[in-house]
Amino acid sequence: MKILVCITNVPDTTAKISFTDSDTKFNKAGVTYICGPYDDYALSRAVELKEQSGGTVTVLNVGEADSEQVIRKCLAIGADDAIRVNCEPTDSYFVAQQIAAIASQENYDLILMGRESIDFNGGVVHGLVGEMLGIPSLSPVMKLDIDGKTARITREIEGGKEDIEATLPLVLGCQEPIAEWKIPNMRGIMTARTKPLKVVEPTGDDLTVTRKFELPAPKGAVKMIAADEVEKLVDLLKNEAKVL
Amino acid sequence: MLCLHNIFFISYIYVKLVCKQNNIQLLSAKLIISNHNSTMILTDNKASIKGGEFLIKDIDASQIFIPEEFSEEQKMIAQTCLDFVRTEVHPRLDEIDYAKDTSLMVSLMDKAGELGLLGTSIPEEYGGFGMNFNTSMLVAEACGQGHSFSVALSAHTGIGTLPILYYGNDAQKSKYLPKLATGEWKAAYCLTEPDSGSDANSGKTKAELTADGKHYIINGQKMWITNGGFADIYIVFAKIENDKNLTAFIVEKDFGGITMNEEERKMGIKGSSTRQIFFNDCKVPVENLLFTREGGFKIAVNILNIGRIKLASAVVGASKGVISQTVNYANERKQFGVSINNFGAIKHKLAEMIVRTYASESACYRAGQNIDDAIEDLLASGVEASQAKLKGVEQFAIECAIMKVHGSEVLDYVVDEGVQVYGGMGFSAEAPMDRAYRDARINRIFEGTNEINRLLSVGTIVKRAMKGELNLMPAAMAVGKEIMSIPDFNTEEEDGIFIAEKKVIKNMKKAILMIAGASLQKFMAKFEQEQEIIINLADMLIETYVAESTILRVEKLITTRGEEACSLQKDAALIYLHNAVEKLNNAGKSAITSFAEGDELRVMLMGLKRFSKIEPFNLKDARRRITQAAIEKNAYVF
Ligand SMILES: Cc1cc2nc3c(=O)[nH]c(=O)nc-3n(C[C@H](O)[C@H](O)[C@H](O)COP(=O)(O)OP(=O)(O)OC[C@H]3O[C@@H](n4cnc5c(N)ncnc54)[C@H](O)[C@@H]3O)c2cc1C
Repeated sequence: MKILVCITNVPDTTAKISFTDSDTKFNKAGVTYICGPYDDYALSRAVELKEQSGGTVTVLNVGEADSEQVIRKCLAIGADDAIRVNCEPTDSYFVAQQIAAIASQENYDLILMGRESIDFNGGVVHGLVGEMLGIPSLSPVMKLDIDGKTARITREIEGGKEDIEATLPLVLGCQEPIAEWKIPNMRGIMTARTKPLKVVEPTGDDLTVTRKFELPAPKGAVKMIAADEVEKLVDLLKNEAKVL
Repeated sequence: MLCLHNIFFISYIYVKLVCKQNNIQLLSAKLIISNHNSTMILTDNKASIKGGEFLIKDIDASQIFIPEEFSEEQKMIAQTCLDFVRTEVHPRLDEIDYAKDTSLMVSLMDKAGELGLLGTSIPEEYGGFGMNFNTSMLVAEACGQGHSFSVALSAHTGIGTLPILYYGNDAQKSKYLPKLATGEWKAAYCLTEPDSGSDANSGKTKAELTADGKHYIINGQKMWITNGGFADIYIVFAKIENDKNLTAFIVEKDFGGITMNEEERKMGIKGSSTRQIFFNDCKVPVENLLFTREGGFKIAVNILNIGRIKLASAVVGASKGVISQTVNYANERKQFGVSINNFGAIKHKLAEMIVRTYASESACYRAGQNIDDAIEDLLASGVEASQAKLKGVEQFAIECAIMKVHGSEVLDYVVDEGVQVYGGMGFSAEAPMDRAYRDARINRIFEGTNEINRLLSVGTIVKRAMKGELNLMPAAMAVGKEIMSIPDFNTEEEDGIFIAEKKVIKNMKKAILMIAGASLQKFMAKFEQEQEIIINLADMLIETYVAESTILRVEKLITTRGEEACSLQKDAALIYLHNAVEKLNNAGKSAITSFAEGDELRVMLMGLKRFSKIEPFNLKDARRRITQAAIEKNAYVF
């Protein structure tokens, strides 16, 4: 089985968010980057499937050279090789285009990725890639088993779960608990440097430009109202917070 | 044993000060080397810096390694360790500490083994990963936040495994190392006995050869044995018949004749197994004698050198963890209507915690790389791998001792202030500072107490000077001359980074040389008994080494990243240097007044004053800048 895992290089969840260039660019200074946590789960499941029934796992990242640290970590976790499409991942459509372009050259049985990235949280790339390739896409997938050409999938839906059977090839947006989160082991880390990492140039055009980023207003101070002053509380909620 | 035995008989530094009333004059400053007419200076044809040489040599920033230079791969290794500790250990800290048996700790060690964390120092041919020394220190740091687990891990990978790795023969290495690398077998190190702690060579455990010459029968009692409760292999030190020195043995649990007391009830690291172990006619095959008969003490000393510097990096890791927790608490806790991080008193503490940790880290990896370089040189000159590693570390025994003391005392400072920032919650077992505080304390005791390590650092310097391995004499003489001359008011502007600060460091070294020279002259062979002065000197040495390492680290960083990007690091280096000068001055005064009188006293105090001069700097503002950055990051800042 050939699996492609698409990963994002995103700011650590605790990173301090700020912007430069008149609020049009994210300020990368001092920010630690990680592999998108949902992508991590997708990769972990891919590696587990490979361990169970053989095959290959290729990691794909649409991103600039500074993504390579995260890509190497994916190789250390157990991917066999990696491709980086050398460009800034500006928007979902552009990224999906790159993934589709790579995927259309190879016959991947599975294209896995996180349900969403944790920087812009678009959550649509899997759907777009599926459409571009003309194959089904499903998300968010929390359980995945493969039996020959059949995938058994459990998907989270509003207020419950849905069990699905589908035929490969498929594009899946993944989330926990699809696999056990993996820490790269020493052997993996030592072999990662010898695994191939191919850099290719992007195709197609950017369709969007960011004009301005804005942070949400900082959380105001909390006002404590004594338990016996309910009226005061209601008044504040009505007239100050304007939520009633 | 570990102290200044027999060192001072060979020769002594003789710096004679003759003072005439107020017109003090240096009449002679010369060195007499008795019983030792060979050349003092070993020819040094290698580029590498030698251990202890920092005291007499100006070292260029480009010559030192800084943690920012760790490769992507090394950082990934460290991240694996951190991730393991955060996901497997941190959620179970209570469970580990109050476990009824050792099964949880054993399973964590097994998991660490699966990830390869136990095999970093073991060569690939024995199932490990053959990483260099500095990487193994980085691994120790990254695992250093693991409380009791860290102790179990470092006892296994360090004192448990290394004696076989470095002193084992091929058969021993092939038999034991692969299993130790994966964690299939776990190891403990049995040196200490009830009546033999710091005086380790005085152990009473005996080994007797059987009549057929095939076995040694070991009898005796060991104490404080980390991992004792679950180890499969014990490195046991015992004396064969009436030998003067210890011999080491590899003892498998299944050899029989091994019993143990219940787990010790301890102040901290409660989840680390610590046992008294009894050897009653324990039958050990002769082929399990490690290294040579009576070679055990050498093993103990050399393995402890490695353990010490690795402990130093482990406590840096622990400090960083505690600092992040404390910053987070200071950000969240509100009093008088604001976060307590608004209060200068709290800002001061946070900054000092950060600065000292940063400084310790700087010196740790500088020394680690020096060790790697020395090993490389030895390998290149044809020395066998294990020998090269041992000799490389031994070369830096002074730095290992210095860093052990510094790191463990920084951690204790950090946890103490951590408790304070947490206030009442710091005293509560519900919050993390309680465990951090208790667990930190052991680091000043094991791997050689900090007293022993202080004595050792100065003792080794003196010993090397006497042997001519460290060319201290000319430097000491020059200082003797300098304190009798008019101070150098040369204020010529030089170009470069930290010019003034490097001058300060040079002077700090001079202060050490001045006091060491004079006190040695005064006490000669009895110097060894002047532990108070030796400890003063050790404190001066420690502060100088660490301050220099921090300044050089930041200098190197500035040359690559530019001054603007390193403003916080610069603040840290300057704060550390100012603190260090003050400590040096205090220790120096205490030493001088302990032995000098009259004019000599006055001259030396004046000299000390001259050598601890530093341009005033607004430390408060610098501390506030560092704290502000930490508050914003909500974590340790560097
Ligand atoms: C939790 C724990 C785990 C340990 N794990 C191990 C282990 O795995 N294997 C092992 O072999 N040992 C282990 N030890 C033992 C440890 O190394 C010793 O406790 C330590 O070396 C000190 O020895 P001691 O306890 O006998 O103290 P002592 O030697 O009795 O020291 C008492 C005090 O006297 C001071 N002192 C002693 N001699 C001198 C001197 N010459 N000059 C100045 N001051 C001096 C010391 O600094 C100390 O302050 C462990 C200890 C503990 C508490």
